[in-house]
Amino acid sequence: MVIEGKSVFSGVAIGKLSIFNKKDNTVKRNTIQDVEAETKRFEDAREVAKTQLAGIYEKAVKEVGEVNAQVFEVHQMMLDDLDYVESITNMIESQKVNAEFAVATTGDNFSDMFASMDDDYMRGRAADVKDISNRVISILQGNSSDADMADEPVILLADDLAPSETVQLDKSKVLSFVTRHGSTNSHTAILARTMNIPALIGVDYPEDANGKVGIVDGFEGKIIIDPDEETLKIYQEKKKQEDDKKRLLQELKGQDNVTLDGKRINLYANIGGVGDVASVLANDAGGIGLFRSEFLYLESDTYPTEEAQFSAYRKVAENMAGKKVIIRTLDIGADKQVDYFELDKEDNPALGYRAIRICLTRPEIFKTQLRAILRASYYGNISIMFPMIISVSEVKKIKEILAEVKAELDAEGIPYKKDIEIGVMIETPAAVMISEELGKEVDFFSIGTNDLTQYTLAIDRQNPKLDDFYDSHHPALLKMLQMIVDNGHKGGAWVGICGELGADTTLTETFLKMGFDELSVSPSMILRVRDKIRSIDTTK
Amino acid sequence: MKEFKYTIKDEMGIHARPAGLFVKEAAKFPCAVTITKEGKEVDAKRIFGVMSLGVKCGQEITLKTDGDQEEEACAALSKFLEENL
Repeated sequence: MVIEGKSVFSGVAIGKLSIFNKKDNTVKRNTIQDVEAETKRFEDAREVAKTQLAGIYEKAVKEVGEVNAQVFEVHQMMLDDLDYVESITNMIESQKVNAEFAVATTGDNFSDMFASMDDDYMRGRAADVKDISNRVISILQGNSSDADMADEPVILLADDLAPSETVQLDKSKVLSFVTRHGSTNSHTAILARTMNIPALIGVDYPEDANGKVGIVDGFEGKIIIDPDEETLKIYQEKKKQEDDKKRLLQELKGQDNVTLDGKRINLYANIGGVGDVASVLANDAGGIGLFRSEFLYLESDTYPTEEAQFSAYRKVAENMAGKKVIIRTLDIGADKQVDYFELDKEDNPALGYRAIRICLTRPEIFKTQLRAILRASYYGNISIMFPMIISVSEVKKIKEILAEVKAELDAEGIPYKKDIEIGVMIETPAAVMISEELGKEVDFFSIGTNDLTQYTLAIDRQNPKLDDFYDSHHPALLKMLQMIVDNGHKGGAWVGICGELGADTTLTETFLKMGFDELSVSPSMILRVRDKIRSIDTTK
Repeated sequence: MKEFKYTIKDEMGIHARPAGLFVKEAAKFPCAVTITKEGKEVDAKRIFGVMSLGVKCGQEITLKTDGDQEEEACAALSKFLEENL
């Protein structure tokens, strides 16, 4: 039997199906005599619940990271909400009912309020209210809130899972989450994603599925109950491939990027938007080596405001919690066009009015971005990187503008990271040739290998006819890379690569021997490159 | 009484966590603090109240502070809105 649902995380799970039974929190209405004692029972239970949540929060921070754990902080705040608390104590007092009943009724009322809102996110919060109320009730009834779990790992089927339930589950016993309700925004979905196990929602499974064998296909968004042998075989093969990938991930997480002979290199991630940060953290990148800021301009109908930019940069910086975040300033033009910039049509856009050339001739746009980046730098470890540099005078001009913006912020009393690092992209042959001079002006270089290759080989990357001529390992390019590293180091700048070549594991050893300090690759390549680094001995 | 109008810029709107932080901030002041959206007014010291407004990105809210330290409260809370939402 095949039942369709919606996938919230891909992957394959094969195992016994187990329907998750919630603790029975059936509440009876009783009349009480001593209002004061009953109110105290509630207050005590509320305190215990808050202490438990503080503990769960700590556990969740370790398991799924601070951002995803924040829900438990919110739960603690909800338990402090005066409307909620007063509703309960008023019921105990005026209706002389037991605390369990007052909590259950109030919880239902508040959860109904959220369930009836016209917003998916808020509707999802109904589960939060139920969750905190059930916790208090369990404590009042003297139950532990831990779920009973089977002895062997299972595919967990449930109506819905409260966030605290998913965190308290013994993860080693869960192969997949499958729920009837829940949304792609639900905490369960987010937790499943960070736990890296397949999960489906909207699956109306039959009650007699309990104990049967099942396959969860998180790629296609379906569950197969009681599969035939052939299907089982296909999925076992699929799962094996997935497992190999996952094992690599698990083994390499938390490991250093160090060669067999002890050479270290920083491994950062390239991102194109705020939403990519989750995969940066999931893949254990040491920082963000290239934060393309274009998305702010491409997604907007007009110039993005300082506030909009500030909020995006700040979010990324905060989520990265002190790890380096290198923001590249506007790189519009060439293959990335935005209508409201009203750029003229050019015969040779790759050699045209783009990137830093726009910024230096339209300083109002540039300054808005620099202000936003500087303000955000107060909230994390931000560096700024400038694209398409061809001369030292450009860098000097940039530094002047940056100094002006800093002076404005100082005058307004707005805080920012005073010693913010600045760097340039090395992606033109001119920049390579003057890299010794450039190295004295900036803190770091990052090589954009895609553009550098096309400008060096005089080959348009967009023209498929030239594919046979395009050689990303061309000796001219490799010589340039060595030159850039040596010159950067001479001037006191660290040197990295943020182009596609950085993830080319056939060159990782070459890069290490050349003396690169950093490689910045797409998040999904981090662990693969780390694996390669750890297998290399540069003395051989 | 002090008033401050603000249009929410955070793409998620006033979701649970900022609502909680805002409530914490509001609770630091003795004066009454309310938020109004489209005529509906709630006590800004109560997280469920603030969340029940369901404020989305692009919507305007009015913050009102009334009583002891209303000036300081209005200044601190408008700053919070601008920085976080």
